[in-house]
Amino acid sequence: MLALIRKEILLEMRTKETLSAAWLLGILTLLVLSLAFDPTSELRPQAAPGALWVATLFASVLGLSRSFLPERDNGCMHGLLLCPVERSTLFLGKAISTLIFLSLAQVILFPVFVLFFNVSVTPSLGWVVLVLFLGLVGMSALGTLFGAISIQLRAREVMLPLLLMPLLIPLLIAGVQATAHLLSGKDISGTMNWVNLMIGFDVGAAVVAWLLFEYVVEE
Amino acid sequence: MHKKTSDTVEDILTVVTGIVMLLAIYMVFIYVPNDKVQGMVQRIFYFHVSLAIHTFVAFGAVALFSILFLWKGTRVWDRLAHASAEAGMLLCSLVLITGPIWAKPIWGAWWTWDARLTTTLILWLIYGGYLMLRSATGTTGQGARYAAILGIVGAFDIPIINRSVYWWRTIHPAVLVTREGGSGLSDPRMQSAFGVCMLAFALLLVVLIMVRNRQARVADAIEELHLLVTPSS
Repeated sequence: MLALIRKEILLEMRTKETLSAAWLLGILTLLVLSLAFDPTSELRPQAAPGALWVATLFASVLGLSRSFLPERDNGCMHGLLLCPVERSTLFLGKAISTLIFLSLAQVILFPVFVLFFNVSVTPSLGWVVLVLFLGLVGMSALGTLFGAISIQLRAREVMLPLLLMPLLIPLLIAGVQATAHLLSGKDISGTMNWVNLMIGFDVGAAVVAWLLFEYVVEE
Repeated sequence: MHKKTSDTVEDILTVVTGIVMLLAIYMVFIYVPNDKVQGMVQRIFYFHVSLAIHTFVAFGAVALFSILFLWKGTRVWDRLAHASAEAGMLLCSLVLITGPIWAKPIWGAWWTWDARLTTTLILWLIYGGYLMLRSATGTTGQGARYAAILGIVGAFDIPIINRSVYWWRTIHPAVLVTREGGSGLSDPRMQSAFGVCMLAFALLLVVLIMVRNRQARVADAIEELHLLVTPSS
């Protein structure tokens, strides 16, 4: 599994395709949303958490749609399947390396968000990062499962968001609500419900995806 | 091809469904009295709620048949899962159409972001994606497995979606928090009309699934014959 993660990271470092695409699309989404809301409006701070999560969702789905591309184009999937490891180990390797990429994408995206929307994150930065990370865990788990599916389809660029986004809606709602709560500077207690929901979603999604992955790659 | 017993059952069920559906329509439009508070509009509720409940039944059946398909690997479960998804999608669309018709005169708005409405809309999108996935893959074994996976994940997601949307609405002040309550089915005639509607749509769901399953089975048989007559290259 570690070898698999290492292979993914090596590949990404050589090409830098996924990360740069995710960064650019994320920043672009933040820009578009910034322009869509009047900068002088009172509503702007309220729209900020939503903007962050929409940008994260788009950047992540784009990253996920590329995650299985090398395997398909180079026929490496067969090679991977021939490896003497469990299918579920393949899933974990893929999901964890995806999670690493999505987190790296956030390293750029989040500061840009703070800059564009002029929010003060310092009091609860740790919590905001945790909430974001919980969101990425769920996206990676379901995204790896459906990424592996959509890569085999015609019109895969359309199919992945179409299948994945409705399923990720609980994460989006919980993430936006928790972030909004944290950025408004209130105490932590109000966000715990949402954090628990995200943890529940992540655990459920990871287990279901881990169990079902076997059926995706079956020949 | 000789007629199978299941086909005879299907024929009988179709006729019964037709009769019960006519009875349901009669009861909804003529038999039941007008609701004291909501008046005439409340009559759509008999169909709307029956449709909504059977939407959940149909999508639950998709998950059940999908699990059976992945477990047993026999084509019949795949056909049934597909048929259930199609029937469920039809019922779900009707729920989303009948709901606003009722909501406009009663709530004053076609749509509100109420927990149930939002959940239903997300369901509709998930299973719309399911049918898209089906049409993108055809009837290959691979496509059937993909669809089964989505059918299972979708069903697991429903309770979480419902929970998140529910909290989302309760934490924010709702524009309209009017519940459907306050107009319980006080009159026994209303209760019997609702019972008949429930039965009518349960039968309709079963018949739709059976018809689609039969079509898929015949299509499979034709495909097999086709393979027999065409020399394999």
